[in-house]
Amino acid sequence: MKTNIKLQADKLWNINLKSENGFLLKVLILCILLVTLFFLSFKVGRYDISAKTIIDIFASHVFPVQQYWDDTLGIVVQQARFPRIMLAILIGGALSVSGASYQTLFKNPMVSPDILGVSAGAGFGAALAMINGANWVGIQSSAFIFGLLAVVIAFTIAQIFGGRSFTVLILGGIVVGSFFQALLSIIKTLADTENELPAITFWLMGSLSRGDNDDVMVMLPALIISLALLFLFRHHINALSAGEDVAQTLGVNVTLVKIIIVSSSTLMTVASVAICGIIGWIGLVIPHFARMLVGASYSKIILVSFLMGGFFLLCIDNIIRGVQGVDLPLGVLTALIGTPVFALLLTRMKRGWN
Amino acid sequence: MLEVDNLKFYYSRENEIIKNISFSLNEHDVLCLLGPNGTGKTTLLRCLLALNKPKSGNIYVDGTDITKTGTRKMAKYLAYVPQASSMAFPYDAEEIVLMGRIAHLGLGAGPTQKDREICREAMETLGISHLRSKLFNKMSGGERQMVLVARAMAQQARIMVMDEPTANLDYCNQVKILQVISRLSEQGYSILMTTHFPDHAFLACSRVMLMRDGFIIACGTPDKVVTSDSLSDLYQTHVCVTEATLYPNNTRAKVCIPIIRKKNKCKGGQLHARKITKTAV
Repeated sequence: MKTNIKLQADKLWNINLKSENGFLLKVLILCILLVTLFFLSFKVGRYDISAKTIIDIFASHVFPVQQYWDDTLGIVVQQARFPRIMLAILIGGALSVSGASYQTLFKNPMVSPDILGVSAGAGFGAALAMINGANWVGIQSSAFIFGLLAVVIAFTIAQIFGGRSFTVLILGGIVVGSFFQALLSIIKTLADTENELPAITFWLMGSLSRGDNDDVMVMLPALIISLALLFLFRHHINALSAGEDVAQTLGVNVTLVKIIIVSSSTLMTVASVAICGIIGWIGLVIPHFARMLVGASYSKIILVSFLMGGFFLLCIDNIIRGVQGVDLPLGVLTALIGTPVFALLLTRMKRGWN
Repeated sequence: MLEVDNLKFYYSRENEIIKNISFSLNEHDVLCLLGPNGTGKTTLLRCLLALNKPKSGNIYVDGTDITKTGTRKMAKYLAYVPQASSMAFPYDAEEIVLMGRIAHLGLGAGPTQKDREICREAMETLGISHLRSKLFNKMSGGERQMVLVARAMAQQARIMVMDEPTANLDYCNQVKILQVISRLSEQGYSILMTTHFPDHAFLACSRVMLMRDGFIIACGTPDKVVTSDSLSDLYQTHVCVTEATLYPNNTRAKVCIPIIRKKNKCKGGQLHARKITKTAV
């Protein structure tokens, strides 16, 4: 009887730790956490709105609900809070998945989504638009275009000089990144110190405060296409972590998968950066959180890092919205809060790198 | 099964690395490729695995020209067992072995119960079921090599290409790997392996190929090909191939002994080294 119980306990433990069911359970828990946080996030902000009002505001689109709330509240919930919450989840997830993909592709745990120069390019693009007095859409478009341009240049350099070598691709990214950093510095010196320079600096630190429903409509398709592609090839991407030669002998079309990873990750990252500025840290560290939870297999990481990234960025943005009076920069707060959390987890979890 | 016909490969035209190589590999064969460092062994393996594109010549598997075959189909013909190195991320053994099933997965589909079953069977055959959830990076070199062999088995290709499977392993693990290689060939696998130990040719291989400067200089059974003359010539160092008798059953085994002291030097195939006649089993 006693051994039987012990056996049962062992089984339960094993399920939780290793098996496919254990993985599904973890995903389910993460989903529940994310959905709960999603709804709770509507409560955060300057206006105190009751849960019932929030539900009724959304329900009024489908059911005939008598409007008893102030028009402002409707706008706040639907056009300020909703897009901001959505964007936090989508961008957090997008950056994490790009980071995880690049880390697996380059077999390097220190790689982040901006390894190919996306952020530097986008930063330059945004700054260039700002000193030319462009409107918000102009700034976003310029960031998007220059972000893409940076990656295209890095990739072309690698194709011409490196052939199949990943080292040359990384080097190309770093070189192009520093090139655009230099251009950005020039713009900063040219910008007037009253308005433009603070605006550029603030943009570079990241913020979701200007996100609207149009941004969601840009982010959503970019994310869905990229995620679908990455998900379709998840097992092939996974094999790349064994090295490109080995992956090819296992039946992976390395060139195709490389192009898929670079284009999907770039699309997701550049869309994110164009909307909310530069947020480092997440793309680098969230994939490691995910690996601690479910192991290294990319087919699991892709899902888990999306959920964790979305959850994490939403938490951070809720803090920013909750603290009134100051608009804290998102990129700064992620690193400030994330680093101690990461250090704590590292000491708790044993599933290390070596 | 595997047929290589007038294979030629170079990175730059002036410096040919593989010069007109032809050979074949049959079912149940264990073909051992011997040769000094930098002689083109790895380049030859890379050509067979379609990692290098041959400049001329053909490679056939069951009559199909593999230079014109897609990677996915290639993976079903040839499995590669690389030298064990560490992974960048904490993969466990089962996840590594499952990678062997990629060529068999449908687009976008995950591994099925059957795929997992095949992986489990491969690990069981090699006696490493207990390593299933052990982290690859925490394993010893011998364990890692076994896991990589299991992955190649899970790939269900009938030809296995092994790049120095016994490199960096201790004595016991070298023997284990050689035993596994013999067993695999009994099961119908054809194996092409490189090694730096000519002794292994006698222990586990049915045929031996000697390679030097991009040429195959000899090919045949170990008894015929691995001799004092040929090895001394191949490695440009004095080697004696002699026979040892294993008591109590008087079975005979050939061994290779490099000559380190000049007084034991053997010339022209005449063996001046003392014969080892008493080796305990």
